[in-house]
Amino acid sequence: MNNMSSQTEIDEAEIRSRRTIEIVNQGLKRRRAAEKRFRFYGKLAISMGMLFLVVLFASIVSKGYTAFLQTYVKLDVYIDEQKIDPQGTRESETLSRANYGALVKSTLRGMFPDVKSRRDKKDLYALVSNGADFEIRKRVMENPALIGQTLSLWVPADDDVDMLLKGHINREGAESERRLKDNQLRWIDQMWEQGRMEKRFNTTFFTAGDSRDPELAGIWGAVSGSFLTLIVTLLLSFPIGVAAAVYLEEFAPKNHLTDIIEVNINNLAAVPSIVFGLLGLAMFINLFGLPRSAPLVGGLVLSLMTLPTIIIASRAALKSVPPSIREAALGVGASPQQAMMYHVLPLAMPGILTGTIIGMAQALGETAPLLMIGMVAFIVDIPGNVFDPSTVLPVQIFLWADSPERAFVERTSAAIMVLLTFLIAMNAIAVVLRKRFERRW
Amino acid sequence: MQAPTIIIALLILSSVSYYLGRKRAFAVAQGHIRKLHSLPLYYGLYTAIWAGVPALLLLAFWFMFEDTMITHLVVADLPAHIADQGADRLNLVINDIKNMVNGNIVSSQINPAMQAAADHYKQLQSTSHILVAIIALCLAVGSGSLMLTKIKAKQRARNAVESFLTVVLILCSSIAILTTIGILLSVLFESIRFFRAVPITEFIFGLEWSPQTAIRADQVGSSGAFGAVPLFAGTLLISFIAMLVAVPIGLMSAIFLSEYAGPKVRATAKPLLEILAGIPTVVYGFFAALSVAPFIRDTGGLLGLDVASESALAAGLVMGIMIIPFVSSLSDDVINAVPQSLRDGAYGLGATQSETIRRVIFPAALPGIVGGILLAVSRAIGETMIVVMAAGLAANLTANPLEAVTTVTVQIVTLLTGDQEFDSPKTLAAFALGLMLFTVTLVLNVIALHVVRKYREQYE
Amino acid sequence: MNTIDISGDVMTDADNTRVNEPLKTSSTATVARDVRETVGDVTVSNPRMRCKSVNVYYNEKQAIKNVSLDIGRHEVVAMIGPSGCGKSTFLRCLNRMNDTIVGCRVSGEILMDGDDINGNGIDVVPLRAQVGMVFQKPNPFPKSIYENIAFGPRIHGLAKDKTELDEVVETSLKRAGLWEEVKDRLLQPGTGLSGGQQQRLCIARTIAVNPEVILMDEPCSALDPIATAIIEELIDELRQDYSIAIVTHSMQQAARVSQRTAYFHLGDLIEVGETKQVFTNPIHQLTEDYITGRFG
Ligand SMILES: Nc1ncnc2c1ncn2[C@@H]1O[C@H](COP(=O)(O)OP(=O)(O)O)[C@@H](O)[C@H]1O
Ligand SMILES: [Mg+2]
Repeated sequence: MNNMSSQTEIDEAEIRSRRTIEIVNQGLKRRRAAEKRFRFYGKLAISMGMLFLVVLFASIVSKGYTAFLQTYVKLDVYIDEQKIDPQGTRESETLSRANYGALVKSTLRGMFPDVKSRRDKKDLYALVSNGADFEIRKRVMENPALIGQTLSLWVPADDDVDMLLKGHINREGAESERRLKDNQLRWIDQMWEQGRMEKRFNTTFFTAGDSRDPELAGIWGAVSGSFLTLIVTLLLSFPIGVAAAVYLEEFAPKNHLTDIIEVNINNLAAVPSIVFGLLGLAMFINLFGLPRSAPLVGGLVLSLMTLPTIIIASRAALKSVPPSIREAALGVGASPQQAMMYHVLPLAMPGILTGTIIGMAQALGETAPLLMIGMVAFIVDIPGNVFDPSTVLPVQIFLWADSPERAFVERTSAAIMVLLTFLIAMNAIAVVLRKRFERRW
Repeated sequence: MQAPTIIIALLILSSVSYYLGRKRAFAVAQGHIRKLHSLPLYYGLYTAIWAGVPALLLLAFWFMFEDTMITHLVVADLPAHIADQGADRLNLVINDIKNMVNGNIVSSQINPAMQAAADHYKQLQSTSHILVAIIALCLAVGSGSLMLTKIKAKQRARNAVESFLTVVLILCSSIAILTTIGILLSVLFESIRFFRAVPITEFIFGLEWSPQTAIRADQVGSSGAFGAVPLFAGTLLISFIAMLVAVPIGLMSAIFLSEYAGPKVRATAKPLLEILAGIPTVVYGFFAALSVAPFIRDTGGLLGLDVASESALAAGLVMGIMIIPFVSSLSDDVINAVPQSLRDGAYGLGATQSETIRRVIFPAALPGIVGGILLAVSRAIGETMIVVMAAGLAANLTANPLEAVTTVTVQIVTLLTGDQEFDSPKTLAAFALGLMLFTVTLVLNVIALHVVRKYREQYE
Repeated sequence: MNTIDISGDVMTDADNTRVNEPLKTSSTATVARDVRETVGDVTVSNPRMRCKSVNVYYNEKQAIKNVSLDIGRHEVVAMIGPSGCGKSTFLRCLNRMNDTIVGCRVSGEILMDGDDINGNGIDVVPLRAQVGMVFQKPNPFPKSIYENIAFGPRIHGLAKDKTELDEVVETSLKRAGLWEEVKDRLLQPGTGLSGGQQQRLCIARTIAVNPEVILMDEPCSALDPIATAIIEELIDELRQDYSIAIVTHSMQQAARVSQRTAYFHLGDLIEVGETKQVFTNPIHQLTEDYITGRFG
């Protein structure tokens, strides 16, 4: 500094320091650049993560949103008594066995009178889904008075027609490489212009079970299966998990055994899910003889998987209840178990529930172990109880993803959207619960 | 009588006992409740437990072994020409009989002998149910009323109830251990049977994997090659690619979030990143198979590379994406556990932020990060759906990420889904693979959890 | 800090007058009304650092209110006051350690060699090399003793080669009075030393980058009396070469090691003076109350 000259002694330390600063300043530019670079890498990493998230969601939504609409064809079907109930008995047995497909076919022939050859007729019939027969049968069975009248109704179009109208089939390509022939394209255009074809909200997707025909396939069976499975999971893993957490956190002596249990729990949380599937197959199905493909077994397996999550979360929640609460309860003469039941547990409940919901969300998304216990079967019926064979939503996604039909791609994506909606909702509830009851002691 | 009916009856009996027990306690106290050792509630619970629990236990045991017992009896009565066909055929027959009993579709045509067996089975089953119902209900009534008569004022009902609860709590806690044992036994037993057919050395060191697919359902024991090295290699290749993606991105994200990002960025970016962790793996599998794999194949095609449509790269890449949040949240925890005082020390010496991170925080956090990465590796090895949907089926011993490889988990799923006879080497091989998978991940997890725990303790 | 002149004797007169201009303690209008005036002379002639009207806020809360204080050469300035009065906060302003705290704002001037350390174009890296810091709890890095000392020289590129680095490590350890104790185990972890040794290691670490000022925030509060005595002795020696600002909660320590003492109270600098005077003959009532132990 400026007053240096007035000082008698030479301040060696100061000189050293100045020299240091000079060196430091020389390297500063390089170091600041390195700093910037490092920071940039960090930002890059985060952005990549976000990018993956966006790409993933965008690819699924863009593939799947079209599935919520489905092409329907308007048919004016003459319910010919001769064809379905020639005796005029109107018995439900007869009505349910009648050949409604013939009605659809004749209606279509009526719409396109110039279609003559066998092959052309076949092509024409292919435009309308098999679901049309079921739809007409349902109407007629509900109201036999329709017989002899002309019923005007919208029936699902075949999945290829649907794909064409959604732009997934290239009209310009060679006829042999297209799933729809030239004359089929012509008929479709004609119907479209007449207003006989329309895209409508796809209720089938939400109300039907699985089907080989994409236009008739829905997720309701899988959703019901998931629901039943989760119920079993919840009923088993919640009480057991909470009980285990209570014991380990509050009553267990600190010894080797509890140490082993603790290590075990942490380790179970990291065991690959498919291994639990092997356990389910070998134990529950082959040893105990429980039914395959049943939500009961699925729930058993999933509850073993979610137990660690629930136990760990519950222990954390119990730990966060201050000892003063216990002491106060014990002080007024409660037994340790009473203090637990009436004072500590209620306070820890929000945390426990949060952990449980997160565990349930994990269970809802789980696929691999359920494949092992046969929940991959093709099941059309909606399961009614936990013993019925059924599938679950993620497995349904897996099955559809494997199907060759183009129309299943959009249904797979749509089913994923439904699954993600459930998961997001569950996690949102967990977050809200945590925020709402978050307590700082 | 079906099991649920019996259970409901027992529960009703048990609740009735609760009221009776409580009433009895009041009666014993003659209006002076303070004379009682415990609250009347506990006498009720005490009676209810005695009425319900022994009977329920009996029921559980009964149903656990009923099937085995009945099967045994039915088999003993089977005509000789069916019974003497050898264990494998016999199992199929038994399956068919059970399917007939349950009204399911049967694989072979029904013959009178089997029909008779099925009827026999049904009859034994209903007898057994009636029997167990009677025994269980008698037991419940008996033990419940015995306890009722024993209620006295001095009786320590609360202590008894609490001891019972403690036992229940302990049982619940031990489920974790039981699960581990169960897993071990499940995979071990079948594996041992597998290793009887296929030498363990061939399994671990063999270079060829082609578990022959049975052409007819009853074709048994026609085994192919069971050398699992290509599966291990494929698993490692895909996991390695996944870690190449996940570790740098996850680690740098964690560093950025914990050291650079402001509270607002952190509060939004962290949960967003964690969404990646909450997405079911089947969704990733779909994404890998239908978006990423075609994209990589087409890109490779543009570059003149020959990329398989089920390339290891696609599966590994997507698996990496899935693991990013896992690595990042574990690293984030670990980095946050590094005490602020170390950062202060470095800043106080004039270190820039990146120097502090690289030279102080990272080395200090390294053990924890390594632990986290080990957990992530175990995750990658055990991941199933992504590889089932996006990796190949054919065993292919290669290190080229553009080719298709198969993995341990893919093979387990392939071998065990669909119709299966439980005793063929093919299905047993799946359990042997499961054993390998379980052992390897177990070792990784135990090491990782130990390292992380030691690391935490260091800074606590 | 880019304008530092090593010879130090050719600075302009303009600079000279500006720095030595007497400080007005009741300066700006932006100051909150409940600010107390400082009693005693906050300035010294030829200061190493000069703080003028420093205010520090943690978000909305003001932790330092209009404090002015000089740090002289070859002196130890002690900062005392009840806990929570802002001593650490003030100390951390001097090498901008408060930058690392989100929501912390510093206003006012802190001059070093005539430059405001908070000014534009001032980099904290050389500033912190120049103004080193020792913390309350010894915080050696989880590395070897050698690497702990070598950390600063390495990041700043102060040593050309291994021999030079060895030399820096040795001299720094010697100055910190730790050499004899650790010279045989330089490669063992620094965290394995005793508390007092760790703290001397941290001082050596600071010295290794040749600072001019060393800030110490209650350096002995985690140590036993014997270790404390050794550190106090060390501080007295270090005064030959460095300016030292030390925060302490122990008045005896302040009395033993410091030449000047500043008494803080609720973010105000109440009184500054020769240590002897402050302890024997405090002017302000609050100071007197504090040193006579009426609160603390
Ligand atoms: N990081 C911070 N964020 C918010 N307020 C703080 C922070 N650090 C200190 N303070 C507040 O500033 C005041 C002064 O703190 P500090 O300088 O640590 O006091 P001292 O070191 O004298 O005990 C205290 O009231 C404290 O609560
Ligand atoms: Mg302090």
